Amino acid sequence: MDFAFDGGGARGGCIAGLPPYLCRNAKGAEPSMASIIEIKGLTKRYASGFEALKGVDLNIEEGEIFALLGPNGAGKTTMISIICGIARASGGSVTVAGHDIVRYYRGARTAIGLVPQELHTDQFERVIDTVRLSRGLFGLPRDEAHVEKVLRDLSLWDKRNNRIIELSGGMKRRVMIAKALSHEPRVLFLDEPTAGVDVELRRDMWKLIGELRQTGVTIILTTHYIEEAEEMADRVGVINRGELMLVEEKTALMKKLGKKTLTIVLADPLTTVPAELSEWHVTLGADGHEMEYIFDTQAERTGVSSLLRRLGDLGIGYKDLNTRQSSLEDIFVELVHQEKAA
Amino acid sequence: MSLQNFRAIAAIYKFELHRFRRTLLTGLLVPVITTTLYFVVFGGAIGSRMTEVDGIAYGAFIVPGLIMMSMLTESIFNASFGIYMPKYSGTIYELLSAPISATETVIAYVGAAATKSLIVGTIIFATAHLFVDIHVAHPLAMAGFMLLIAISFCLFGFILGIWSQGFEQLQVIPLLVVTPLTFLGGAFYSVHMLAQPWQTMTLFNPIVYLISGFRWTFFGRGDVAIEYSLLFVAGMMALCLGIIGWMFRTGYRLKK
Repeated sequence: MDFAFDGGGARGGCIAGLPPYLCRNAKGAEPSMASIIEIKGLTKRYASGFEALKGVDLNIEEGEIFALLGPNGAGKTTMISIICGIARASGGSVTVAGHDIVRYYRGARTAIGLVPQELHTDQFERVIDTVRLSRGLFGLPRDEAHVEKVLRDLSLWDKRNNRIIELSGGMKRRVMIAKALSHEPRVLFLDEPTAGVDVELRRDMWKLIGELRQTGVTIILTTHYIEEAEEMADRVGVINRGELMLVEEKTALMKKLGKKTLTIVLADPLTTVPAELSEWHVTLGADGHEMEYIFDTQAERTGVSSLLRRLGDLGIGYKDLNTRQSSLEDIFVELVHQEKAA
Repeated sequence: MSLQNFRAIAAIYKFELHRFRRTLLTGLLVPVITTTLYFVVFGGAIGSRMTEVDGIAYGAFIVPGLIMMSMLTESIFNASFGIYMPKYSGTIYELLSAPISATETVIAYVGAAATKSLIVGTIIFATAHLFVDIHVAHPLAMAGFMLLIAISFCLFGFILGIWSQGFEQLQVIPLLVVTPLTFLGGAFYSVHMLAQPWQTMTLFNPIVYLISGFRWTFFGRGDVAIEYSLLFVAGMMALCLGIIGWMFRTGYRLKK
């Protein structure tokens, strides 16, 4: 396995072959360059005793798009809320652009733009007024040209003098994004940006995120849509029950996605893998009734036909064959299940 | 105390005043009409039988009390609503995630609410002029006292707004506590007109000290010494600031 479990066997060191920023533990090889966000041992325990975060370690690099995946109630929003100053951490530390979020909150928060999951807007105000307010709140001087650019980019310019209450849900979400972008953040948090939005807005959102990335903005988005993470993210983190279970580059995940598992249901069970099959690295499953072979669908030679030929040569009969693609969803489901079993 | 982000203070202040401007007509008409009604009822109907209180024409005598009564309710209402609305609508997320200190937040919200209270107080004062002749003995002290009252009751309203978890809680304190205490605090009569033991009991009503102090700035005398009034206002301001400081430190009903 080439992904690190938080609190699992990978703790305390770095897995060979992974880039240093994947080493999330302080004792491992520290990243040489400071990360835009450094989260260490972050915990959150509510008064009720519920543990929303159980010691999360994570570094986010400047300019990347990071997708935080997880089921509802996994701790995604809690984590974002703490980083942005809406909730208090019970333990651990977070720095944003080198500023501790508690001691040097001004520096940290100036760098952050937040678009929460729920539609929270000043219903009775005009679009442009609330966007100007956001810019002022973050200590920036008036800049009508920038406000206009943001509103135009989000197709809100024609609606600038409308009261927010008159806008559709999708438009309200755009207003919230405009507010976050009005103060030129270095890091943008998008909490479930496409939850409950129509197809058109979702496509616009993806386009916008791509454009923002071109300007060097670091983007952290939470989602429970796996395809969204696949579409946009450079790296993916999976969080469940307050624990970060996996952090991996998307390309590495895509490699996994490109792999298939061939399951051969044997006519007669085997106790050991015959030495003649060693070059395929097959494994036995289901008490020797099944043989599994993992192959790369992108490879010139998948090795499937040669394996089947060799089985024929060895006189190993089989009753059935099936192939299965391992998707990010599989990994996700597997992780979540392991956690539940534990 | 952390003061740096003056642009944020200005932005919130402007935004809040803009909110008031939206309801400008009702916001100004209500105090004018209320004051007129009080003058018609108390000044005209009752005042004609009372003529003088402590050597002051009754119509003029009730002016400080009327201004005080409106300013107390306005201050509490505006300040509590100003901070409660973002909590209610959820837009508080932006305030909490902005690089703005507790001190700056309080200055902006309380400043905006106090500004509106002072405008309302001034309008009532002007309206009263239409009905009675008032000669203000200490104009500067009057303006200063109005400012102090506006700020302390806006601070109180701010606390109420953070504490409230529903609209009815927002109303309870002003309606059930402040308004009765104002009526019983000598807005329409002098404490000396009461029989014992009511006269002594009235002195436990904090509003008495406010109305009396304000009346002193008008006529040069009040029910209690002006020093006591100032001491009371200072004490109330200190208490409110202390509570607000605690609320921000602990994140009480603001942060999860």
